[in-house]
Amino acid sequence: MIPADTARNGPTAVPAGEERPPVLEIRDLSIVYRGDVDVKAVDHVDLVLAPGETVGLAGESGSGKSTLALGACRLLRPPAVITGGSVVYRGSRVAPGGVEILDQGSRELRKLRWREISIVFQSAMNALNPVLRIRDQLGDVLDAHLNLAREEKRERLGTLLDLVGIPRERLRSYPHELSGGMRQRVMIAMALAVDPEVVIMDEPTTALDVVVQREILAQIVELQKRLHFAVLFITHDLSLLLEIADRIAIMYAGRLLEVGSAEQIHNRPAHPYTRGLLESFPSVHGARKKLAGIPGSPPDLRSLPPGCPFVPRCRYATEPCRSVDMRVLPVAGSDERHLSACPFVTAETAERAAAALASSATAAAPQRERS
Amino acid sequence: MTATLRAADVLPAASARGPLVLEAHALAKDFRLSRGLHGEVLSAARDVSFGLYRSAVVALVGESGSGKSTVARMLAGQERPTSGQILLDGAEVRPWARGTFRSYKGDVQMVFQDPFASLNSVHTVRYTLRRPVRLHQRAKRKDAVAAELQRLLERVRLTPPDQFLAKYPHELSGGQRQRVAIARALAARPRVLLADEPVSMLDVSIRLEVLDLIDELRSQFELAVLYVTHDIASARYFADDTLVMYAGEIVERGPSEDLTQRPAHPYTQLLLAAAPDPDRLGSPIKVEVARDTRRAGSALATTVGCRFAPRCPFADERCGAESPPLLAINSQRAAACWRLDVAAPALVSETGEERSLPMNS
Amino acid sequence: MAVAVPVAPQSAAIVPRRGQFLRSMPAKAKVGGAILGLFLLVAIIGPAIAPYDPSATNPNALGAVGPTAAHLLGTTSTGQDVLSQLLVGLRSSIVLGVLTASIATFLAVATGVTAGFLGGIADEGLSLLMNVFVVLPALPLLIVLLGYLPGSGDLPTAIVLSALGWSWGARVIRAQTLTLRSRDFIAAARETGERTWRIVTFEILPNEVSLIAANFVGTFLYAILTSVALAFIGVANFSTWNLGTMLFWAQSANAFSTGAWWWYVPPGVAAALLGTSLVLLNFGLDELGNPRLRNTTGRRKRPHARWRPGTGLSTAAHPHQPRWSGRAWRPTDPTPVERAEPLA
Repeated sequence: MIPADTARNGPTAVPAGEERPPVLEIRDLSIVYRGDVDVKAVDHVDLVLAPGETVGLAGESGSGKSTLALGACRLLRPPAVITGGSVVYRGSRVAPGGVEILDQGSRELRKLRWREISIVFQSAMNALNPVLRIRDQLGDVLDAHLNLAREEKRERLGTLLDLVGIPRERLRSYPHELSGGMRQRVMIAMALAVDPEVVIMDEPTTALDVVVQREILAQIVELQKRLHFAVLFITHDLSLLLEIADRIAIMYAGRLLEVGSAEQIHNRPAHPYTRGLLESFPSVHGARKKLAGIPGSPPDLRSLPPGCPFVPRCRYATEPCRSVDMRVLPVAGSDERHLSACPFVTAETAERAAAALASSATAAAPQRERS
Repeated sequence: MTATLRAADVLPAASARGPLVLEAHALAKDFRLSRGLHGEVLSAARDVSFGLYRSAVVALVGESGSGKSTVARMLAGQERPTSGQILLDGAEVRPWARGTFRSYKGDVQMVFQDPFASLNSVHTVRYTLRRPVRLHQRAKRKDAVAAELQRLLERVRLTPPDQFLAKYPHELSGGQRQRVAIARALAARPRVLLADEPVSMLDVSIRLEVLDLIDELRSQFELAVLYVTHDIASARYFADDTLVMYAGEIVERGPSEDLTQRPAHPYTQLLLAAAPDPDRLGSPIKVEVARDTRRAGSALATTVGCRFAPRCPFADERCGAESPPLLAINSQRAAACWRLDVAAPALVSETGEERSLPMNS
Repeated sequence: MAVAVPVAPQSAAIVPRRGQFLRSMPAKAKVGGAILGLFLLVAIIGPAIAPYDPSATNPNALGAVGPTAAHLLGTTSTGQDVLSQLLVGLRSSIVLGVLTASIATFLAVATGVTAGFLGGIADEGLSLLMNVFVVLPALPLLIVLLGYLPGSGDLPTAIVLSALGWSWGARVIRAQTLTLRSRDFIAAARETGERTWRIVTFEILPNEVSLIAANFVGTFLYAILTSVALAFIGVANFSTWNLGTMLFWAQSANAFSTGAWWWYVPPGVAAALLGTSLVLLNFGLDELGNPRLRNTTGRRKRPHARWRPGTGLSTAAHPHQPRWSGRAWRPTDPTPVERAEPLA
């Protein structure tokens, strides 16, 4: 939910001077899982993707990040239902003014899916059919969306593998003959097969080793520069997003807590949850320090407290937090595109508290080399 | 041709904390890949030697396929080593053997990676914890057992204990389940805790808590902890010493801080360069590696030369022909590399010692 | 190694009580259970309340007579009371079913779990045994064996039936055991120091309860239907009354062409109803072994779908029936949109 005066531009508005509107605009989206108790998996979330941009969506389990992305593509199954909001896609190949995805029928959505918006799923390397060769699986995708002559198709398949850095002769391989990293790259090639403008990546590298992960990420960045598609990168690893995302959105318990550029999130995190997250990743670089982390456990979406869902774990929580309306508003002291759902904790109060914590931590640091 | 390195020779930082409790000596594990008559042999672990010291944490870092979990399972007695010895308090033990397994379990316990799979979903927490208490602590009377269960849950900070005892695993969060798993291991009153990636399947925000819990228990009970992980950053944070494994071999060892700040072995350098660096905003470094189409980290027993050579930027002919043993760099660090003078010149020039000589057993 | 992002807690403040699973079974299963319960009751008290001796013939009978006050279900062509035959016959059929199911399930569990858990040569040997029995031609063998059965009574028949029916279940149980064996909690049980027999009894078997129960019910069904069918074609133990023999006699007396429906419809319907109740009951057995599916709030509703945030959903039974373009939602349909008010 956004205040009326910024409704026109929205949180990740294209800066003045740019003509192209956002390629994917999610507004006020709400998704509910019906059951004995209706669970609000996504609660009034806004997210905007500019063309060619990489937006990271960070959150832990239960945050609703995958639900948001899959719901925006209408890929969820009942008992999930979308209960409100709008998802507008404005690719260059569709009618000007965009397409409201929530209003489309199956046939129209089939045209949109993969051709305009494609997805690389979690552990997608296990999504490859073990009895089909790579060229057959990639070929199926091409056949479903494009009408290519045989020669053209063969050439395109080769080009696709070249794109992701796999030797062309691997087209004849079966999935089990490829390593995990290579299979993931095949999935990325498949996602790019028909030139989409938006690629959603749901934890694409979680199952991979850190070195292979690094390769894949670099590959994605390179491909983006070449093909100019936008990426919605979903992960629980915030430290990864800080490196590759232009903008980052942080979700918790179905709500958007903070949105900002990578630099803003890293240097001036506004929401206490973001701060806590940043304090949860041990780093190999920089000084070795005692990490504070976040106390408590992830929320149970069936019984959320009133107001801010982070209250049970927040060290700054006060009484007004239980009745806050959870709108994301511009952060004081930062630009208007840096938004936070916490109007109480400003950068300064957080800094002061952090400094106090740090000084007590350094006093306790020798304790680390403990008895 | 590999030289064995007795744990006592290169002095780990962990040894400052307490005496040696559990020692792995030239452990090896081969698996036969059945492909007809001429099955190839996969060396999951080769010549692995290190020690676990009381009140200290030793980290075993590696990617999947590096053999780290195999080593942990061998130390837990779940896998029988193809060769090598395991020494408990200096005396050789055979934990995989029927007779000794039970008593060995009273000394060495393992915590598993997946909190969702390591608890039987049909049993309550009470049953899960009662079994090891009955088996290991010989507490027979109801009230003694009940008191012990309360104590265990309090130790892992699952309070109020009564509320948790009646729960089934699916009613607990991942972090809570892992605490129950730790409590179960503790119920045997072990001296050694083998933690196989205890937090990698947990949410980021609760990982620290669980690691801190293990750390607290370590100091409270003077446990010798083996921390197996793929995340070298958490090894730096949590462990006194770190051992880096690649393709079944230990390629580098040393105090965690020094190792992560001044890595010697090219593979360690690669691992550290690949780790996400929040300070490296918006410019992901493309790590140049020779594209090795084999599965990273696995190697057949018949492989000659350094197993990392195909991906190593410094490899030369000797690397391809002869597998390097662990060579001491200084009194606390060692790395298995012929090209240390090129890979880590600063480190090597510090010490003027004959670091090219293999350590003798 | 599972790679999914961890699942959110599904904690409930209320601990499920064991009895609550009964309340949470789907309606189908409750109906099946009720019908089966009724049959079991009849099986127990049937012969006691039968008005006549089922074998007692009436020499004055001219033929099958329809239902009257004296004979609620009419008589056979020899004047025997159909109702009494039904009541006695039901017991016999049900006893046969229970016996067969018990023996076969015991065999299936014993061999399946042993083969699955021990592996190696024990597995090879037991699997061989299972596979041999699976490919044995059941029907001809049944006819031959049952036709030449020396003794009388239900037990020999039950033994023959279970000997030819245990192997399918054994294979399934073996497969399930194989999967369970590699799970972490089994390794954890070993870590605790549990002995093998305890692991099998207390860690593996409880996870297979629903499978074993389904096996039992399925074998019960197979026994009933097979014995009725075989008796109908004359392969049965004719010294006792059961549903199948009733049908046999009805058929040999041409009841079908003479229209004596009261003779063949009751046993037929009874057999069909009994079978149906078992099938319906099977629907509810899934939850037996899975505490997760037990309704923890105690509400008299169907269990809500197993929900995992962020991943796709496996819908077991869900009360909310979404519609799409006027029909029930299919997996190829997009996510339904239910807006409370129209878009601004």
